[in-house]
Amino acid sequence: MAVLTIRDLHVSVEGKEILKGVNLEVKGGEIHAIMGPNGTGKSTLSSAIMGHPKYEVTKGSITLDGQDVLEMEVDERARAGLFLAMQYPSEISGVTNADFLRTAINARLGEGNEISLMKFIRKLDEKMSFLEMNPDMAHRYLNEGFSGGEKKRNEILQLLMLEPKIAILDEIDSGLDIDALKIVSKGVNEMRSSDFGCLIITHYQRLLNYITPDYVHVMMQGRIVKSGGPELAQRLEAEGYDWIKKELGIEDETVEQEV
Amino acid sequence: MAIETKLPFDQQYVRTFSEGRGEPSWLLDLRLQALAKAEELPLPKPDKTKIDKWNFTQFANHVVQSAPLSSLEELPEAVKALIDLNEEAKNLYVQRDHTPAYLSLSEDLKQKGVIFTDIFTAVREHGELVQKYFMKDGVQVDEHRLTALHAALLNGGVFVYVPKNVEVQTPLQAVYIQEKEDTALFNHIIVVAEDNSKVAYVENYISLAEEANAVVNIVAEVFANTNARVFFAAVDHLAKGITAYVNRRGIAGRDGRIEWALGLMNDGDTVSENITRLIGDGSYGDTKTVVVGRGKQTQNFTTSVIHYGKHTEGYILKHGVVKDSATSIFNGIGKIEHGASKSNAEQESRVLMLNEKARGDANPILLIDEDDVTAGHAASVGRVDPTQLYYLMSRGIPKAEAERLIIHGFLAPVVNEIPLESVKKQLIEIIERKVK
Repeated sequence: MAVLTIRDLHVSVEGKEILKGVNLEVKGGEIHAIMGPNGTGKSTLSSAIMGHPKYEVTKGSITLDGQDVLEMEVDERARAGLFLAMQYPSEISGVTNADFLRTAINARLGEGNEISLMKFIRKLDEKMSFLEMNPDMAHRYLNEGFSGGEKKRNEILQLLMLEPKIAILDEIDSGLDIDALKIVSKGVNEMRSSDFGCLIITHYQRLLNYITPDYVHVMMQGRIVKSGGPELAQRLEAEGYDWIKKELGIEDETVEQEV
Repeated sequence: MAIETKLPFDQQYVRTFSEGRGEPSWLLDLRLQALAKAEELPLPKPDKTKIDKWNFTQFANHVVQSAPLSSLEELPEAVKALIDLNEEAKNLYVQRDHTPAYLSLSEDLKQKGVIFTDIFTAVREHGELVQKYFMKDGVQVDEHRLTALHAALLNGGVFVYVPKNVEVQTPLQAVYIQEKEDTALFNHIIVVAEDNSKVAYVENYISLAEEANAVVNIVAEVFANTNARVFFAAVDHLAKGITAYVNRRGIAGRDGRIEWALGLMNDGDTVSENITRLIGDGSYGDTKTVVVGRGKQTQNFTTSVIHYGKHTEGYILKHGVVKDSATSIFNGIGKIEHGASKSNAEQESRVLMLNEKARGDANPILLIDEDDVTAGHAASVGRVDPTQLYYLMSRGIPKAEAERLIIHGFLAPVVNEIPLESVKKQLIEIIERKVK
């Protein structure tokens, strides 16, 4: 069973400290949701875990099954079992979705163990139809000209194809209509098993109606300030964040301008 | 260092050369006049590249005799890879240095009146047709020293003629092999598509030696007459040490269409010019070019679409990769002449630099002499986008492989256009080797 452990994580962007001591443990079989208003450090946490070059870890540790994630390059983190569904996926012209996915799968399997073309196509067809994606999407250039909803769905397709141990979904629900949200949720629920842990970052409780989290955390001022079960998300939906700010004596919950 | 500008070939040489081939007097006269002009005219002035020290004129081996091929199996592996040997009905011309070594054209096309032959045979057998098109309305002899020199010393090439209403379904392929490392090549290509006809022509230039010492001067003239459609694809892969001047020009008549897909992969210093003139109303020109510069080579690529007719459309797309300490200049010119109303000129130039010392420059230019038109351009020079790299790597793809994917994707617009699988594959392999 995979365990992602984050201890006392401090992260700076361009010299400004955004995360100020985050502690979190995500185990296989668990779904965690991190909620919080804009600008409190949620996306910074996901980028730092994946190793975005702009984010500098100044203190603390991240480990996956005891291995030091911070020592790994971005691609090594992915091959170790981490996955980040990005808020703004890149568009890559001239590279088809299918070629990209096959390259990514083969990078995981390593030389000599490559997936056969037939097996790959079968798996891709199956996952795409599960996510109700147009088969054309396999042959279009990676995210190029995709609508916002198509990009999000394509991130979930990658999740299903790559089968990571721990996935982070960074605002996978933003900009989705209810039908698309249901499909994306269906994709995540499909992955649910004791071998799969998930960290969902969201502003909205809406997504959690479809993916029931085991744990809900609230982030403010670059820290996790409150944790609880699914009922916490429901209270946030009903009452907003002010009661937490009041309870903890926080006036300004932000640490950054969300990009 | 003083550069010798006196030409190594005189009137007597040109006369003997031409008479030895039994050329008609119009061509001999044209050659002699061109030679005189080559002495006087200046070199071309490609924007932002100084070429006055380049050697375009000093060379030996203006005539290299090679044997014709009795079978394609005799070709070296590198050339065989370009050709679909299994295809029975191929339309193929192979030139070894200056020798027409192999030619096949399907019976069906012959019967329809399609001409596909080496330029000298064409001069002998279809003299009037060749004379009508050779360096008249396309590229002119007296544009500058290199066009004049080209006309004077012409020593290879093909002539393609597609009669009215004939649609050629299988592409015509020409392979020009530089076998000796010092063969000087003055290759001339004419493609004429008469009214309502359609043809695709694919050419390859390939050097057998890794390194050479030669001068290559290529002129291609493409005519798409009324409502005709020409697709012209090329993969240039001349070796390091070859100074190349390449001029490909298209003339489109009323509703004519000319589409270019050019993979410019030379390893030596190169000036490459590609101009499409949209003369007729409703004509259409589309130029897609990809380029890789490496080593210490300097290259200048000028792509231009000039609109004369009304309702004409011109598109330029150029993607270049520059590595090592190579220099590549990309000039893109969309020009709309007065009277070419309702026309549209679009261009996009993008340069990707892979090393600190690599130099790339994209100069998009729009020259517009008419009010009622639309036009646009986009240009960028930069490095591999770190956000794209991060995205690919976040899926487990190692950095080198991620870079390779991005570069191949960047050059895909031309690769995907090549109509012959064998040539497409070869272009991919060349790119693979060059960007590694």
